[in-house]
Amino acid sequence: MAFISVFEVIGPNMVGPSSSHTAGAASIANLARKLMHEKIKKVTFVLYGSFAQTYRGHGTDRALLGGMMGFETDDIRIRDSFEIAEKEGLEFSFEANTVETDVHPNTVDMIIEDVSGRVHTVRGESIGGGKVRLTRIDGVKVHFTGEYHSLIVEHKDHPGVIAYVTTVLSKCKVNIAYLRVYRETKGGVAYMIIESDEEITKATVDEIEKNPFVKDTMLIKRK
Amino acid sequence: MDFNTAQELIALCKKEDKKICEIMRLREIVYGESNADEVEAKMMKSLGIMKESAHAPLKKSMKSMGGMIGGEAQKLEQRRAEGKSICGNVLTKALIFSQAVLEVNASMGVIVAAPTAGSAGVVPAVIFALAEEFDIPDEKLCDALFTAGAVGSILMKNASVSGAEAGCQAEIGSAAAMAAAAAVELMGGTPEQSFEAAAIAIGNMLGLVCDPIAGLVEAPCQSRNAAGASNALTSAEMALAGIKSAIPFNEMTDAMYRVGKKLPMELRETALGGCAATPTGCALKCRIFG
Repeated sequence: MAFISVFEVIGPNMVGPSSSHTAGAASIANLARKLMHEKIKKVTFVLYGSFAQTYRGHGTDRALLGGMMGFETDDIRIRDSFEIAEKEGLEFSFEANTVETDVHPNTVDMIIEDVSGRVHTVRGESIGGGKVRLTRIDGVKVHFTGEYHSLIVEHKDHPGVIAYVTTVLSKCKVNIAYLRVYRETKGGVAYMIIESDEEITKATVDEIEKNPFVKDTMLIKRK
Repeated sequence: MDFNTAQELIALCKKEDKKICEIMRLREIVYGESNADEVEAKMMKSLGIMKESAHAPLKKSMKSMGGMIGGEAQKLEQRRAEGKSICGNVLTKALIFSQAVLEVNASMGVIVAAPTAGSAGVVPAVIFALAEEFDIPDEKLCDALFTAGAVGSILMKNASVSGAEAGCQAEIGSAAAMAAAAAVELMGGTPEQSFEAAAIAIGNMLGLVCDPIAGLVEAPCQSRNAAGASNALTSAEMALAGIKSAIPFNEMTDAMYRVGKKLPMELRETALGGCAATPTGCALKCRIFG
């Protein structure tokens, strides 16, 4: 059975009122934020299921916005995240989608634009007790929790790219805990998600980016 | 040093001649992501947040996001201070602290989920009520949190602590079991007695449904935290007196999970049954969400 830390039982430390609707929401946005390279300029949150029904009463909106500004689940600034975002010039809006019901009950799509104009649409789910996962990046289904040091490689679906990336990691002495590859269509956009016990360095990422089929990388340190 | 069941944990305690909290602490250092000092500092921080959330509403009451709760801790404290309480000091203080934590939680203050946000009042209520009455230092209260965490981890592995999955019995029931076991250890009981108390506490709440009005963590969640805290204290008192649960902890855990799985969807946090579905519950929902 998987190890359960005492701090998963006595924890998380969090701004109330709900581990799934408040703490989970902050964690989802905080994880999605790390996929962006530049300062975030604008974000639209589309809420589904129970998130859409009850987000005001649970402060889900404040928590999502707070997470997008890097606030951890126990950061009391979550309470005032609307005011803080306005002060910092971060544009934000919320939409409730109550039509689409074939989704996990606590789901949010985040359309995030950074100052360089790059836009990513990221779907997150709050799966209980403050635990979260990202399940879609730009329409491609993925599965990603941020519990490990992680590297996301956006690349063209092309022979040899996976071999190239894993060879670089091997040379850099990175042990891969999990490796998952997702693609939209044959020869189209693909995502490789590498989760590792060791921290992955910037130099390793630079080496990976030398491959002509690699379009983008996102490096996320374990919490 | 790891364990999946109460029997395994009790056997480890015997073999190593250690308390539940000591086994749980060692386990965290061996298998977790932090060293001994970091583990200690993290737990002290959690204890500090718990203490603040159990006491802050006594100075200043807080209105909840949904507006259904706020000020309960002060009302109880006033009655206690006037010497009118019918419950005695330990239980009354536990009630006060349980209400305070849920007030903080429902007004977007900082709390420690234990094991969830909706049941966050039970464990702090019990340990701080005992701490004030019996003059217990913070280091010992940290031990109590490791013990509570050990019981909670077994429940997470073998059943559930989620209201959406298995009803309020899995949230408040689990919190009460954790608090009862911690209270027994704090008051000098054995590991066996801790699990007798935990089994009694879960048994007392078997079948309790999760039916939050308007889907918010306010009512009946707040008063259920008071019920959970008093259940924990009575279960601990019984176990310390040498009373055993008719059903052992592992079987009680299974029973709780099976009952939870049989609860209809309406009674598992969807706000479609129980208190939430009463005429008053529906009217409150309309008032809050328009």
